[in-house]
Amino acid sequence: MIALTQVKKSFDTNHVLRGVDLRVETGTSTVIIGGSGTGKSVLLKCILGLVTPDAGTITLDDQDVLRADRDTFLARFGMLFQGAALFDSLKVWENVAFRLLRGSLKRPKAEAREIAIEKLRRVGLKPDVADKFPAELSGGMQKRVGLARAIAAEPEIIFFDEPTTGLDPIMAGVINELIREIVTEMGATAMTITHDMSSVRAIADRVAMLHDGVIQWEGPVAQLDTSDDPYVSQFIHGRADGPIEAVR
Amino acid sequence: MSPAALLAALGRTVLSILAGIGRVTLYALDALSHIVRPPFYGREFGHALLTVGWLSLPVVGLTALFTGGALALQIYAGGARFNAEAVVPQIVAIGMVRELGPVLVGLMIAARVTSSIAAEIATMKVTEQIDALVTLSTHPMKYLTVPRVLAALIVVPMLVAVGDVIGIFGGYAVATQTLGFNPATYLKNTADFLEPFDIISSLIKGAAFGFIAALMGCYFGMRSGRGAQGVGRATKGSVQAAAILILAANFVLTGVFFSA
Repeated sequence: MIALTQVKKSFDTNHVLRGVDLRVETGTSTVIIGGSGTGKSVLLKCILGLVTPDAGTITLDDQDVLRADRDTFLARFGMLFQGAALFDSLKVWENVAFRLLRGSLKRPKAEAREIAIEKLRRVGLKPDVADKFPAELSGGMQKRVGLARAIAAEPEIIFFDEPTTGLDPIMAGVINELIREIVTEMGATAMTITHDMSSVRAIADRVAMLHDGVIQWEGPVAQLDTSDDPYVSQFIHGRADGPIEAVR
Repeated sequence: MSPAALLAALGRTVLSILAGIGRVTLYALDALSHIVRPPFYGREFGHALLTVGWLSLPVVGLTALFTGGALALQIYAGGARFNAEAVVPQIVAIGMVRELGPVLVGLMIAARVTSSIAAEIATMKVTEQIDALVTLSTHPMKYLTVPRVLAALIVVPMLVAVGDVIGIFGGYAVATQTLGFNPATYLKNTADFLEPFDIISSLIKGAAFGFIAALMGCYFGMRSGRGAQGVGRATKGSVQAAAILILAANFVLTGVFFSA
């Protein structure tokens, strides 16, 4: 279980996280929703140790993430970045097998390539993509490669940062389905941040809404549409009027 | 502006400079400490050797060739004022090996390699590739900085050696083809005049300048701000810092080696 208790983070005078409390149960898919600039990405980066919180504690299976052995801790995670974050200088298969070509999970090159091609196939990409460079692929294909890289080492926990941003509705639907299938199939704990409501409905078991630096609402996805929380209601219906200030 | 405000502004500037020096020093020490600690990334090191060394040969060679030729012309013209035209081989040799070879190669590396490293790493930073490296259990310092710094440390002295030879050849070509020097005498005078320590000092300077050039590229790349403007600033800052530090280090090293 991932547990966040009173996590705070500021950048100069910008108080992004003002005391986040959240529990993500093992094997569940939690989606964090919230407007742009509300600190969703910062929250994920705090859990991964990419950003150090100013206050509060983050534990994974009751162990403080800041005190955990970094390699062992990170080996449990996979992450799909918003822009896929593929390494330009490496071929697609080398991106997917990055973790399998070095470090504690190192495998022979041929085996790593075979696993990479299998993962590419799992996300709907043909083996001939393996020897291309990321710049030769479309945005949707890059997202799929990023997804294949996130699951290559079969991590226990997978983070998805805005998985459908910048994609057309059909490709977004494909990515959503893939994420749901993979998370269910691997039995992984998933945490997704998005403001795309179709992603929320396709991926989530539970939903948490981050607003004004705190978790404003949290509950099962089935209760999202019937929630009487004014923030949630305004957000999911995309209304300009409501407690969330809309800048025009 | 009141004297107090002026002093405050001066104080802030000094503190900012000192903080910058401190950050660069800590980054350099961190990089050096990672050089001797595993894991080592052989492929990245090999790639850095190729890009810093082999691919810099044309620009280094051409720069040294033209500089050596121009130096021969200048020394001949200047020497003629007091009937000392014959010193061309000796001055070209000492000028290229002790000063112009290392400095020009260092500056060319700063222009070609530092800018490229800074732009590449800064772009990786703004596109979250550095964060991705961390989540893939790979230390950016080991994967990005160490291979480049180590490669520059090893390969720039070699480039300096090549630059010295080509520079001397440039002087030789001009002197023998246009200034009427005897080829055999020119080469003998060059070889007789140079001392082993001239060459050693040249190579040491090359190693120092290579280290500075690669380190500045990595440092500014890693500290890049957001967006295209951040990448541009990082690239510009890295080249400026590398060029100034190379010239400052050259002054210090020349003082240490030859002031006695």
